[in-house]
Formats: sequence, structure tokens, C-alpha cells
Amino acid sequence: MEPIKVPTMAEFAASGEVPEVLFWVGCAGSFDDRARKITKAFVRILGAAKVKFAVLGQEESCTGDPARRAGNEFLFQMQALQNVSVLNGYGVKRIVTACPHCFNTLKNEYPALGGAYEVLHHTQFINALIKEGRIKVEGGSFKGKRITFHDPCYLGRGNNEYEAPREVLLKLDAALVELKRSKQNGLCCGAGGAQMFKEPEPGDREVNHERSEEALGAAPDIIAAGCPFCNTMLTDGVKHFNKEGEVVVKDVAELIAEAGDL
Amino acid sequence: MSISNVIFLGVLGLAIGFFIRNIRRLIRNIRLGRDQSISDRQGERWSVMARVALGQSKMVARPVAGFMHILIYVGFIIINLEVLEIVIDGVLGTHRVGAFLGVGYDLLIGAFELLAVGVLLACVVFIARRAILRLPRFHKPEMTGWPSKDALIILVVEILLMGAFLKMNAADQVLAHRGVDHYVVAGSYPVSSMLRPFFADMTDGMVIAMERSMWWFHIVGILAFLNYLPYSKHLHILLAFPNTWYSKLAPRTQIVNMPRITGEVRSMLDPSVSPPEPAPPRTVAGVEVPERFGAKDVFDLSWKSMMDAYSCTECGRCTSECPANLTGKLLSPRKIMMDTRDRVEEIGRNIDVNGGVFKDDGKDLHSRISEEELWACTTCNACTQACPVNIDPVHIIMEMRRYKVMEESSTRPALTGMFNNVENNGAPWAFGPDRRMEWAQDA
Repeated sequence: MEPIKVPTMAEFAASGEVPEVLFWVGCAGSFDDRARKITKAFVRILGAAKVKFAVLGQEESCTGDPARRAGNEFLFQMQALQNVSVLNGYGVKRIVTACPHCFNTLKNEYPALGGAYEVLHHTQFINALIKEGRIKVEGGSFKGKRITFHDPCYLGRGNNEYEAPREVLLKLDAALVELKRSKQNGLCCGAGGAQMFKEPEPGDREVNHERSEEALGAAPDIIAAGCPFCNTMLTDGVKHFNKEGEVVVKDVAELIAEAGDL
Repeated sequence: MSISNVIFLGVLGLAIGFFIRNIRRLIRNIRLGRDQSISDRQGERWSVMARVALGQSKMVARPVAGFMHILIYVGFIIINLEVLEIVIDGVLGTHRVGAFLGVGYDLLIGAFELLAVGVLLACVVFIARRAILRLPRFHKPEMTGWPSKDALIILVVEILLMGAFLKMNAADQVLAHRGVDHYVVAGSYPVSSMLRPFFADMTDGMVIAMERSMWWFHIVGILAFLNYLPYSKHLHILLAFPNTWYSKLAPRTQIVNMPRITGEVRSMLDPSVSPPEPAPPRTVAGVEVPERFGAKDVFDLSWKSMMDAYSCTECGRCTSECPANLTGKLLSPRKIMMDTRDRVEEIGRNIDVNGGVFKDDGKDLHSRISEEELWACTTCNACTQACPVNIDPVHIIMEMRRYKVMEESSTRPALTGMFNNVENNGAPWAFGPDRRMEWAQDA
């Protein structure tokens, strides 16, 4: 596989060019081993579609989402104001991200702090690329497979986007099976609200076990996710039930990148 | 004017007076919250209210309960037209003053009777769901004691009122057909006509006594019920409308900004910007409430959260969808709302007994809501989605977390680590910016 060059905003600025979109990688996408694969898959899609994109690289910093949800508004605003200043400094207009938490913060919470951008979730972006014919997706290897989609709270209930990931998945020619609790009624994976970074409060079971059990009940070959945190939670959940040999948890971007053999 | 008119006027006046007093208390209590201007996107607000409150759109997410609830709701609204007639009759000493409407009156009374039966049956089903089927959401810890009793009182009273209405109609027909003075043959009675044999052997005097006592029971019952509302979860029948009008229209997961902190942070980032002056303390119920970061007590929440709390009818749909509650954690979004209401009520009573001034009782909202509850929330918004009247428990949880973290420096240990990482590395984990592009090396 030929490596794809990942240009930074600084490089674009130096050459006087403007990218079509800024890819906001996010902390999970940058540092988490599992999520890095999602990042790379999405970059392959961007490359295949010949999208002129850039990343911030070392200039990217946590959006502040977990700090704000954990009650630390000072820290959130420190992060947000610095990010806004970097983004505005480059004159960024359009952002795509593979993390629904970054998506929600950039889209809904930065405007109050002087950062107004068009922000897209990567499933929305991929869906548009397919519709515009910029990438071709052939089901092939996914034909006859059962795929179920777990709605990330911050994309679905939070921002009313239920269709883009499903429309993309339908291109795989697979059987898309809905979970009992899906779309508006989707059950959280357990990671939101800064839970990802702490021990769960005492209870009689883990939220990700509850959700993974439900997902496994749909007898899927693949559980599709659209969020790096959901991905981790569900992967752990599938392992908890010793099903990692039969069921894989994959991001929508990974599935598309595999289907298109990108 | 007969003695019964006088008594009726007295009862009516008393009921209305008492109700107005209670509504004023309610408004005062709601205003214990902070000011928040909600007047944007009015067209959308009317439409949300029309859909969610008037149209019950979120109730039918659960079809059985939704259908039964609509039956009671439509019954309640339409049967109250009958109350209008009863009030006019009571004041003027007339009997069935609407009878001149002819066929229209027949249709109305007929519809009232059918709806009354519908309401009656729905209430029986609702009692069965609570007492016999014992649906789990009606038997959570926060439901023990008064909340469960409150629900049963409401349902039983509705059954009694509907029963009285039907029996009154049956006795009325018997009297009208016997040609008893004052009773007119008017209206159609698809249901109560079946009850007529019950009165067949009674003397006119006994039937009149039955008819009058049911009439009085019905109207006094309704007036008493009206005055029960402010003490009950049943207040939702009134507050559902304003509460949905003032709904959060922003995306569910958007957390409200704190401009004061923006000022502070701007001055930290740029020394030439001077930090904002703290807002002067707000005087409420005779006490000064300083500006705080987050919510220590209900005074620090917006009035909208108070209205949310008073609008909650404790149906528990929020709690039954909450991932934390489903997995045995202490958090129950319904309890957050009930605690908020109980605290506002407690403060209200305190103000009442202390001549309009709140006397510090050493308690606050955190005395009722524990850290274990606050830190169990995943902010997934399943609760706000489930709530049939658009109540927002997540907002209260967030404001209380803000207080814990920013005013008391109290948080879960792992979150302190996360804060440190974000502050030092710009990431919630211990990876520095220099490693941000590592992934790209083999992309």
C-alpha cells in the first residue's frame, strides 16, 4: 500500500494554498492504537477521492469536550479559545472529524467562543463523496454479511444525524440489521460525559456490556461504529462475551476503505 | 337566589381564591431560580408546544401508555366543557342550561359519556400497571411513599369523578322521564341510560337526593382536584404547556456557555485584557446569593430548571432509558427532578414561615443529590429524548458538576488526571503534541 502524504495546515499556508477541508483528527484518532486505524482508513478515503485536505498536526489540541463534561469549564474554555485562535488564524471554514464528541464541540459549542465553522462528521462527508461520485464503493467482500450500526449519542440524539452512516453502510450490499434500541432510542456505549476517563460508578453491570449484549443479540458479523470511544467500549464488550472471533467492531470509514480496497 | 346557589358561590369563590394563592406561590418559587431570557425562535416554540404538549407526540413513543394517556387527556379537556355548564347552573340555579342547543347538546353529552367511560377504563389500566403489573419504573427507590400514593390518589379521584358524572346523568334521566319539576328531557346518554334500572325502585325524593349529591360531588371534587394540583405531580397538566414552549431548542448535547469564564480565560491568555468584574450578588427572598460557578443550590439554577422540576409527573420514562440506571447505578434522572422540586418546595416553606425571607437551613441541592449520582451520567441525553414534556435533567447534573469541580475542587481521582493531561499535553492522555502525527508515518 502506498503511503498517503498527510499535509498540515502550516504547509498549506506556507504554499499559499487553501485546502478543501480540515480533517480534525482528535485525540483518540491521534493517540489511541485502535482509533489510529480509523484515522488512516479515513485518510485513505480522502486520498482516493482526491480531496485536498489538511490536518493541524501538532497544532491540534483537545477540543475540551471531556473537561467541560467533567465540570471544568475553565479548562474547556482554555482549550476552546486556543483552538479557535488557531483555526481562525488559518481561516478555516470547513472541518471534518471522525469523532462525534469533537464534532459536537466544534459545531455547537465553539460558535459562542468566536469559532463558526461548517463541521461535518466523517460519515456525512463520506456519504457526500459517494453521492458526488468521487469514490466508488462496491460491496463485494461484504455481500451477505450482517452489519448492525450503533448510533453514537453525540451524533444521533445530540445532533439528529441518523441517516448518513446508514446510507453509507447500505452501499456495502450487506444486510443492515437495526438494534432494538436504535436511532433516537439508541443506548449509550457508556463512554460519554467524560466516563471514558474514569472508573464507572458502582452498579451491577457495565454499560458497554449491556449494549454489546444487545448488539450481539442481533447476530451480526460486524458491529459498525461511528465514534472512537464507542468503538473501544464495544470492542471490549464483545471480548467480554468471548465473541471477538466471530464478531468484529469496525468504524464506518474502515468498512468503506476495505470495500473500496483503498 | 336559593341557599344552594349561595353555598355554590361560596365554594367556587373559595376554590378559585385558594388556587390563585397557590399559583402565586408556585410562580414565586420558580422565580427563585436565576434569570434566563428565553424568547428566541418563537415560531418554533409554538410549534414544539403544539406538537409535544397539545399533540402528545412524545407520549406515543410507548403506544399502550400513550393511547391510554391521550384518552384521559382528551376526556379531561372535553368533559370540562360540562363543568362550564355545571358552574353556570350552580350560579344561576338553572338546570342543564345548555339544553337549548338541541341536537348539539345531545351530541355533546353523548360524547362526554363515551369519553368518561374511556377515562374510567384508562385509569383502571393505569392503576393495574402500577399495582398489579408493577412496572419497574413505578417502583424505583425514589417512588416509595408519597410519590406512589400521589399517583394512586389521582387515578382513584378520576375514577370517582367519572363515576359520579355517569350516575348523576342516570338519575337526571329518571327524574326527567318521571316528569319531576325542574328536570328537563335533554341530551343523549349512551352509557348512563344503562344505569337507569338502578334507580327504578327509588322514590322521586331519593333519586333527587342521588342526583344532587352526585352533582355536588362532581363539581366539588373537580374544584378540590384543581387545588390538589400544586401539591402534586399532577401539576404537569398545566405546566406541560409553558414547559414545552420554553424547551431547549439547541442540539441536545450542546452545553450552555459560561460567558463570565470566557472573560477570565481571555484575560489569562492575553494580559492586556482585564478580567471581568464579578457580577453583583443577587438578592432573592431576602438573602444575597453570590455569583457562583455552577449550582450549589436551586438559587444557582435557571428558573427554567425550576419549571422543569414542577412539570415532572414522575412517569420515569427518563430513568427507564438511562444507561446508568439500567446498569444498577444510583443515578435516576427522575430523582434529579424530584429532588430539585422537593428542595424548591422546602425553600418555599422556609420563606413562608419566616415572613418572606429565606432562613439558611444549612442545606442545599447537594444534600439531596450525591456525587455518586452526578458522576454516573454519560450525558447521552436518553432522558431528555424520553421526557414527554421536554424536561432537561442533564442540565442540572452539569451545573452541579461545575460547582463540585470549580468551587469545591472535588471530582473523581481519574478525572483529575485527565484534567492534568489536557492542561499539560492538550490531550486527555499522557501523550504530548510531538506524537500527534505518529499515525501518519504509515498512513
